[in-house]
Amino acid sequence: MAVPAIELKGITKTFGHVVANENVDLVVNRGEILSILGENGSGKTTLMNMISGIYYPDEGHIFIDGKEVTISSPKDALDLKIGMIHQHFKLVDVFNATQNIVLGINEGKFDIKASTAKIKETCEKYGFEIDMNKKIYEMSVSEKQTVEIVKAIYKGADILILDEPTAVLTPQETQKLFNVLRKMREDGKSIIIITHKLHEVLEISDRVSVLRKGKYIGTINTADADEAILTEMMVGEKINLDIERSTPHDSVDRLVVKGVDLYNKEGVQVLHDISFTAKSGEILGIAGISGSGQRELLEAIAGLQKISGGEILYNNPKTEKVEDLKDKTPLQIRNLGVRLSFVPEDRLGMGLVGNMDIVDNMMLRSYRKGKGVFLERKKPKQLADKIIEDLQVVTPDTKTPVRRLSGGNVQKVLVGREIASSPTVLMAAYPVRGLDINSSYTIYNLLNEQKEKGVAVIFVGEDLDVLIDLCDRILVICGGRVTGIVNGREAKKEEIGLLMTKGYKAGGEADA
Amino acid sequence: MRKEKTREPLIHIAKRDVLPTWQSWLIRIGSIAAALIFCAVIIVLLTGENPISIYATMIKGAIGTSRRVWSMLQNVAMLLCVSLAVTPAFKMKFWNIGAEGQVLIGGLATTACMILLGNSLPTYLLIPLIFVASMLAGAVWALIPAVFKAIWNTNETLFTLMMNYIAIQIVSYFAYVWSVPKGSGAIGVINGTTHNGWLPDIFGQKYLINILIVALLTVLVYIYLKYSKHGYEISVVGESENTAKYIGINVKKVIIRTMLVSGALCGVAGVLLVSGTDHTLTKDTAAGRGFTAIIVSWLAKFNPIYMVLTSLLIVFLQKGAVEIASVFELNDSFSDIITGIIIFFIIGSEFFINYKIKFNKKEENA
Repeated sequence: MAVPAIELKGITKTFGHVVANENVDLVVNRGEILSILGENGSGKTTLMNMISGIYYPDEGHIFIDGKEVTISSPKDALDLKIGMIHQHFKLVDVFNATQNIVLGINEGKFDIKASTAKIKETCEKYGFEIDMNKKIYEMSVSEKQTVEIVKAIYKGADILILDEPTAVLTPQETQKLFNVLRKMREDGKSIIIITHKLHEVLEISDRVSVLRKGKYIGTINTADADEAILTEMMVGEKINLDIERSTPHDSVDRLVVKGVDLYNKEGVQVLHDISFTAKSGEILGIAGISGSGQRELLEAIAGLQKISGGEILYNNPKTEKVEDLKDKTPLQIRNLGVRLSFVPEDRLGMGLVGNMDIVDNMMLRSYRKGKGVFLERKKPKQLADKIIEDLQVVTPDTKTPVRRLSGGNVQKVLVGREIASSPTVLMAAYPVRGLDINSSYTIYNLLNEQKEKGVAVIFVGEDLDVLIDLCDRILVICGGRVTGIVNGREAKKEEIGLLMTKGYKAGGEADA
Repeated sequence: MRKEKTREPLIHIAKRDVLPTWQSWLIRIGSIAAALIFCAVIIVLLTGENPISIYATMIKGAIGTSRRVWSMLQNVAMLLCVSLAVTPAFKMKFWNIGAEGQVLIGGLATTACMILLGNSLPTYLLIPLIFVASMLAGAVWALIPAVFKAIWNTNETLFTLMMNYIAIQIVSYFAYVWSVPKGSGAIGVINGTTHNGWLPDIFGQKYLINILIVALLTVLVYIYLKYSKHGYEISVVGESENTAKYIGINVKKVIIRTMLVSGALCGVAGVLLVSGTDHTLTKDTAAGRGFTAIIVSWLAKFNPIYMVLTSLLIVFLQKGAVEIASVFELNDSFSDIITGIIIFFIIGSEFFINYKIKFNKKEENA
């Protein structure tokens, strides 16, 4: 037991100028469950991908059983008995469980009978309950996950990495999974589990390692930890960012969201009874672990997703009329005179067209203007020139396809266009993700300018420091539910951090 | 077992930044030259003929006499017409491989007008009616898969392909119904003595009107795609359906509308082939142009002006290849081999324009 199963020393990985992992150390022992805890973008998955051979570290060393190894492909990882269960399952839909498990194994002769027996043995040993003849497409998410785990063990994994395994499970399924994991621990296997859910960390793991913004913060024994300690390690000390924040004046209710429910394409409810009010002349922040329903909420307001219940009311400042935006398409919303701008999370896949030049991207919102069948490119060209000058977009000319611009410049083009239509509501989802400091501040200043102009700004962010410094009020959502609305001037990071995981506190979602 | 060594693949393929135009054209021209050299080797190995004389024969076969020049221009015009027709759909990333059937159905409508109304309507009414009827027929044939795609998201590639077979069988059926003499299964020249419903000769040139119509269409399609609001919507839907929805474009409507345009243009090709060229209809009237058009359109990057060049190139190769097959008493398959190799090289050159190949140096720090 003296030699750890895996030891990482000084692992660093960068993507372009983004540092995903910086000098991370980690130790996992045999017969232990280690939790890796961290906010979104703290580099948990990147780190695990380096252990499982998907990425290759820029710097640092990996030791397995005390010996230094090179893991440059998933096959290398498998040879070292490392198995990873990804968040998105990698199974062939039309094959059954057995076929998926034996897929890709080269044992010379292909003997399905022997394999089936071996799989059955594995299942009995650890208490997996699954029909091995069921096709993957007929399976529930939990069953698919079981197949993935059995597959990893069948292939001989001694070190098992699970990337947010409970995110898709009901509380009962989670308990089943935990029982299996405990049995595997007794069997001497090493398990690394990535999760956001504090109570699960406390329940299942022996030790917890915390990452924050790509850096390794520390490891503590679960016995010595509680939620407050973990939250503090996860979110860190408050950093003052010096973002100017003016006091809102003459605020009126601009957008009123009442009891909104929404189901995604798979029929899973992603928004539960969401209610809030966005006021003119203030910035409303939305905090939450990513995938908690932020995207769906903004898209529902923009008319891109159909809500199943509740209402979205817009107070039109010009006509003083109240418009219900429910069941309206983006075009209908626009034709009602609702001046709603939306900077979506997916900039090149939704907000802009990567292969079109800046001028043509300027036209996306306005090309319908004017009579006749032909396009009018003069004004979009002027707008493009103005945005390039005002926001200091670095580009050879207006004829350059936007996909060739850097991330910050792409975002300036998008935000610039959305602001140009002088909106009354401006929604921005992760507008500074991947941007450098200077570009980020350009965006903060633009949002502040809009606020001063009396726009109701909705800002979805992931950096709690920014949310606390920029926003007047912060709406916290967790698992598609509002868990709190706090005042940005008084809120503490720990408070928001706890609200972000609140829905899971008492054993997950109550009415799943 | 495992040592501390990193394995790196010997070659490494990476996407290029966009090349300057002249460099990309240099690569394209280079690929044609490479194709000609490669073909020369094949020619010598398989036939023992002198490759230079084979190429000379190709050129002679394509543009050797004024009749051949006209015939080539006519063929270019027909191929270009179908290519123009498929382009709006392809630009929208709607993989319409049913142009063959859409052209045939258009041709069938033309034939029906010529046979059934040829002797009862005056020319100045008949010709416009032929155009309207054929464009409608082509449009309907394209509309069916478009509606299924828009509403139920069916696979347009399979659907349009199947529609081809239906069109071919319908044409075969009518070729029997209208066959002259009865029961022969071939329609023969329609209105051979009266020339009713035939597109007129201009300056004594039989094909000039076809060429002029296609030239006009080229300009129109270019303007439609580049300067009209419709064209802009087509580009946005093709590039990203999410963006289209985000800015409020009705994607279903755009799919249906664009396929109507595409089908109607195929209908025009049907008119030009039946009323302007063959004056008859067989199931081979479209002669595979519905498929060749895809290559033409793609090679030209969906730009109608470039499509003039690409269709010229392909027709030139086809004509030349047929000529060498007959002069050197090689069979048709040989000319297809040559054409295939050259097109393969041209398409392959796009790979070298978009990607660069790096050879990894040995020993890099691990």
